Amino acid sequence: MVNLAIVNYEMGNLKSISSGLKKVGAEVQITKDPNALIAADGIVIPGVGAFGDAMKNLAPLQPTILEEISNGKPFLGVCLGAQLIFEESTEFGLHKGLAILKGYIERLPETVIAPQIGWNQLIIQQFDNPLVEGVENYSYVYFVHSFYPVPENPDIIVAKTDYGLEFASIVAQDHIFATQFHPEKSSAVGLHILENFINFIKQ
Amino acid sequence: MLAKRIIPCLDMIEGRVVKGVRFVNLIDAGDPPELAVAYEAEGADEIVFLDITASYEERDILIDVVQRTSDQLFIPFTVGGGIRTVKDIQSILKAGADKVSINTAAVKSPEFIQKSARVFGSQCIVSAIDAKRVYVDIDAPLGNRIVIETPEGLCWWEVYIYGGRTPTGIDAIQWAIKVEELGAGEILLTSMDYDGTKDGYDLPLTKKVVQRTKVPVIASGGAGAIQQIVDVFKITDASAALAASIFHFREIAILDLKKELQNNSIPIRL
Repeated sequence: MVNLAIVNYEMGNLKSISSGLKKVGAEVQITKDPNALIAADGIVIPGVGAFGDAMKNLAPLQPTILEEISNGKPFLGVCLGAQLIFEESTEFGLHKGLAILKGYIERLPETVIAPQIGWNQLIIQQFDNPLVEGVENYSYVYFVHSFYPVPENPDIIVAKTDYGLEFASIVAQDHIFATQFHPEKSSAVGLHILENFINFIKQ
Repeated sequence: MLAKRIIPCLDMIEGRVVKGVRFVNLIDAGDPPELAVAYEAEGADEIVFLDITASYEERDILIDVVQRTSDQLFIPFTVGGGIRTVKDIQSILKAGADKVSINTAAVKSPEFIQKSARVFGSQCIVSAIDAKRVYVDIDAPLGNRIVIETPEGLCWWEVYIYGGRTPTGIDAIQWAIKVEELGAGEILLTSMDYDGTKDGYDLPLTKKVVQRTKVPVIASGGAGAIQQIVDVFKITDASAALAASIFHFREIAILDLKKELQNNSIPIRL
């Protein structure tokens, strides 16, 4: 059984991601305890809310998260959790992120409606990435966001999404995965992606 | 491309779905989570639960329904009905709902929307507006009301509260503009004239509200046939279409509806 630690940092709906991961067979623990992160087979940071507040709440766990990830522990960031692993964001002032991946967080332009709320498509760039194994190109997944990641290295983009502009909706580098959408709200496709993450850990 | 959404709405009293629902293979057709899961399997993009329980004291039952739903449902769901305080919202979101819809409490105290949006984010605050036509003479003094020439005559739309029982005198289109300013992330727009008629959505109303706001608008009230749902997406830029009885009684299967929308080049998740 894969044992996952969902980082509880008081940002948004932790219950849904927990239900989704349980549904695909993981054992999950919603936790603030650094020892639980160390003991887990993988770390998940979900979250909805403002980048600056999130980093503030995450601060006590930051050293543990960074160390575990640099030691090779599988990681999944969802929505805000996907943004926090980049270097910085300009959401309500400039904020430093966890800087696990190189790049920054940008606001959706004035020309489109923000937040983007609803189902949009994955335009898969790397079909051989374990997170999208068996996921059909142009599958729909559920988004709720006003910001998006801009990775410095385009080679880490696993899927893009077209919302007037094309942005990175899945990024991955080795054992680090991040989705701008909510797999736990994306019905069968989303559960499949969560299952792929579990399978990656098992291997 | 962002897809148009199809949203079944379930009315509940004391934790049970009211108005019969004709689903086969359900153990308990009155259990909201089980119905919601069945709709997800059929291709619904989102679910709205509307709690019409008369007594405010029965909230624990609602919270239990929300919790059980979020354990099993893997599409977004909204909970509305009788939400009055920030604490109400907090308990519903904490139980696992993605959004809440606010109606009467917002009309009575508009700053409630502002406060809720600030605390929880606009993305989870849906402003539900029940609107009813008021037909007028061309010469009548109308003040600042937004009056539109419809096929049925010249009219403006009045906001109703308390489940459609109480008129407010407020212009619905102007109220929609206002709730967006206050921070609502979506507008659930129900036509009281068309609700239950199966004559189709109130297209002039929907069109005008979409034109005057930037947030997604969910059209509601009147869906009776697939073509009417095609029309609401072709004639207006509504983001979603909500319906209740036509889905519950299997008059329209969601999959058939979505195929027809796709045949009409409307972006849809299939």
